[in-house]
Amino acid sequence: MMDDEVEMVTIYVMGKRHRVPAGLTIMKAMEYAGHQFRRGAGCRGGFCGACATIYRTKGSYKLQGALACQKIVEDGMYIAQIPFSPAEKKTYNIEELRPDAGVFLEYYPEIARCLSCNTCTKACPQDIMVMDYVQAALRGDVEEAAKLSFDCIGCGLCAVRCPAEIVPYNIGQLARRLYSRHIVGPTEHVLKRVREIEEGRFDEEIEELKTLDREALQERYETRERRL
Amino acid sequence: MRLPYYPGCTLKTTAQNFEESALASARALGVELVELPRWNCCGTVHALAKDDVMHYLAPIRNLIRVEEMAESGLVDEKRVVTLCAMCYNTLKRANAVVKEDQEKMQKVREIMERENPYGGSVQVVHLLQVLRDLDWSKVADRVERPLKGLRVAPYYGCLLLRPRGFGIDDVDNPQVMERLLEALGAEVVNIPFKTKCCGAYHTVQMKEVVAELSHRILDQASSAGADMVATACPLCEYNLGPRQEEVKKLFRGFAPLPVVYFTQLMALAFGLEEATGFEQNDPDPRPALRARGLLKEES
Repeated sequence: MMDDEVEMVTIYVMGKRHRVPAGLTIMKAMEYAGHQFRRGAGCRGGFCGACATIYRTKGSYKLQGALACQKIVEDGMYIAQIPFSPAEKKTYNIEELRPDAGVFLEYYPEIARCLSCNTCTKACPQDIMVMDYVQAALRGDVEEAAKLSFDCIGCGLCAVRCPAEIVPYNIGQLARRLYSRHIVGPTEHVLKRVREIEEGRFDEEIEELKTLDREALQERYETRERRL
Repeated sequence: MRLPYYPGCTLKTTAQNFEESALASARALGVELVELPRWNCCGTVHALAKDDVMHYLAPIRNLIRVEEMAESGLVDEKRVVTLCAMCYNTLKRANAVVKEDQEKMQKVREIMERENPYGGSVQVVHLLQVLRDLDWSKVADRVERPLKGLRVAPYYGCLLLRPRGFGIDDVDNPQVMERLLEALGAEVVNIPFKTKCCGAYHTVQMKEVVAELSHRILDQASSAGADMVATACPLCEYNLGPRQEEVKKLFRGFAPLPVVYFTQLMALAFGLEEATGFEQNDPDPRPALRARGLLKEES
């Protein structure tokens, strides 16, 4: 492609200048510029949260967050990948926990430092009301925290930006686990499916899949909805 | 009358009996306390440093919610009612500061960025003020079970009264809880330490400090013949109530004294026994209430 055929924009990947076609996502633009993603790319569909990115647009002082596979490049955009947040992850046995405010304070006592500044919400590429679910957790409203955080994909941008050093996505995840285990409880259709798996109902299909080559697997994948 | 109601975290966790009894009693008086649809921490402690704008975000955000609530017609007034003394104090003082200091208000707006600007039209009140404004005769008229013979010592602590200019009543000799208890038919026991410190957050790391301070207050109430102490602050309730375990360790022969929220006594007097929540108090106030014939004997 030549510059005069397709509209091109200038982006800066970790400070290095590249000319890329307009309309590409950050991820595709970076690949166009020669980057190869070994970390920081997953589903490429906005679901897995692996491609957290910090960017700044031309003329703006703001550092903003996005998923590289979703955000379209703009002329003059500065980009840096945050492929991994080394946040602490607590180990707990969900069966032994009670769904109340005390659980959050026990495992993540730093949430009591929340200033309600809303920086987490501004950073969220999923437009989740992050501050609101952290606040719901603080007052023991597990259901609200679980529901507000439902679309969280754990990209880590909220944790990177929080001035109180809270890791909001861990709070949301704990809330959703508490909610599903202790408030709604295991639902009948899930229990039924678990029984079916344990009884070996899908063993044959799995074994068959293991024998298929790449082409056959791809065909199965592409026609999966038709075959339902 | 529908008034916006800001609960705060404690009312949803360890002081549910305070909230439940307050909402039911207010409703009985025709005051509908409508919880803010979205709210966050009050800020917990008022920031005294002049340049500490960050700690104004939490309280002011709540006040913006009140304005939004009033605009959408959910409530009749922009008088936001609090129950927790800490929330009252923090919201009230932050409100006063940003109304006075336009530069600070502007900074708060800029940092918040995504919120509607706070118009400064909210008034922060405590439920006791709402009751006083209703007139005590209205409260007395609603009483079904007068708290006859019950000797109650009102205890205010600090946050409802101080600093001067921000309190709900006279700093040195508040009377609002006294008038309420009289309207409910109780006998008021006056204790000079009713505005003294309960030890506040020392309860986290210096339990013995709290035990000493609580003992002073409780001992005075007991000596004056009180059956129980009434309070309007969850932290005071905790320090004077459950912390009596520590008092016992320091003071031999100390006799436990129940500590209740004023709203629980109001609910009891209004005949709303199911909303009193006395089972959550520690020490249990029910034996004392039974002794005065205000609760049925245990079946």
